[in-house]
Amino acid sequence: MIELDARRLMCPMPVIKTQNIIKTMAVGDCVRVTCTDPGVMQDIPAWCRINGHTLLKTEEIDGEYILTIEVAAE
Amino acid sequence: MYVFSKQFSENGRYMATQKKAVALISGGLDSLLAAKVMLEQGVHVEGINFYTGFCVEGHTHAIRKKDKAKPKRNNALWSAETLGIKLHIIDIIEEYKQVLLNPKHGYGANMNPCLDCKIFMVGKAKEWAIENGFDFIITGEVIGQRPMSQRKETMPVISAESGADDLLLRPLCAQNLPETLPEREGWVNRDELYDFSGRTRKPQMALAEKFGFVDYAQPAGGCCFLTDKAYSVKLTDLWASRGKRDYEIDDIMLLKVGRHFRPKPNFKLIVAREEGENNFLQGYKKQFITLRTMSHKGPLTLFDGTANEGDFELAARIVARFSQGRDAEVVDVEVTENGVSHNVSVKPFAADEIQEAWRV
Repeated sequence: MIELDARRLMCPMPVIKTQNIIKTMAVGDCVRVTCTDPGVMQDIPAWCRINGHTLLKTEEIDGEYILTIEVAAE
Repeated sequence: MYVFSKQFSENGRYMATQKKAVALISGGLDSLLAAKVMLEQGVHVEGINFYTGFCVEGHTHAIRKKDKAKPKRNNALWSAETLGIKLHIIDIIEEYKQVLLNPKHGYGANMNPCLDCKIFMVGKAKEWAIENGFDFIITGEVIGQRPMSQRKETMPVISAESGADDLLLRPLCAQNLPETLPEREGWVNRDELYDFSGRTRKPQMALAEKFGFVDYAQPAGGCCFLTDKAYSVKLTDLWASRGKRDYEIDDIMLLKVGRHFRPKPNFKLIVAREEGENNFLQGYKKQFITLRTMSHKGPLTLFDGTANEGDFELAARIVARFSQGRDAEVVDVEVTENGVSHNVSVKPFAADEIQEAWRV
């Protein structure tokens, strides 16, 4: 599991960081993205749907938004 | 209908290749329609969206709690999902500085370098197209739609100065423009492109209806904060106060948040307007001197600058004005600098004592 810290970034920067790290990952790998902008709860799932990646889990813990994504094939 | 070009492989046999276009997707209706027109012609389309830091599409305008009742979507992502295409969002914050600071074609009504911006983005899209094996570029531009960048005279300027030349196709107004390579080569059918022009939105709305698009973004003041007068004033104030025209991402984010006051040349106050902004400004407590009312509920305030004697009292009186102690004789304000705090007790300014000239 790769951890991506996208705290204090406003959308779309967390999406861009997620997109860029996923480019470097292999199919089946997972990344957990931690954010503070609630907008990610809409934008990252939308980005995953568009690109075919699997959103495994979304959590809201102490004002932070944590999304776990499994990388799909191109 | 799918558009295929015939290419010979190394062994001399035919290979059929679907043509690929990269579409600049802003999140607005025009780029949505332009991409859809290409999809209808069988072209493979993927979207590209550039993030300059000034994009209204970000969630910065949803910081305020009052805006949170309606969840804010990213319209570029929504467009891509509606079209069923991929979207590549590109961070161009650093590179964009040169566009904003030194625009060859100047600014629009405010600090918006729209023509240089469009040239830059089309040029970046061309670079991306080459790197990723795409054949041409499309935009949702319409002649006469925008006073600075979308005029008959600027269309060839954008094509030429971006380096895209005749690889740049504008499906919504192509019939008003010279043929481009995709049209000449038969990759797209010019007869099925459009001849929109002017500021009217009716043709676009009719086309949206034809395609079954209902919930598309309604433009309200453009897609960029630089077209906003109040934002532009804050940006020029920032540069004037620093004696140089430059910025970092945090600077331009903070210009979108709070009330801004510059009561003296050496400092500015950013006063949160409500809880959402208070929470946002909390993230800057380590970078700035902060002021917080202690005896009454009130806004978190960032003090941007250097403090001379008496400045904290002046700042505290302003902050106290926006607290629940505005009518009190004395309000206690905590000033924190580098983790060290001290209290200042002040009488809040009356409404008419907050000088108009202080407001940025």
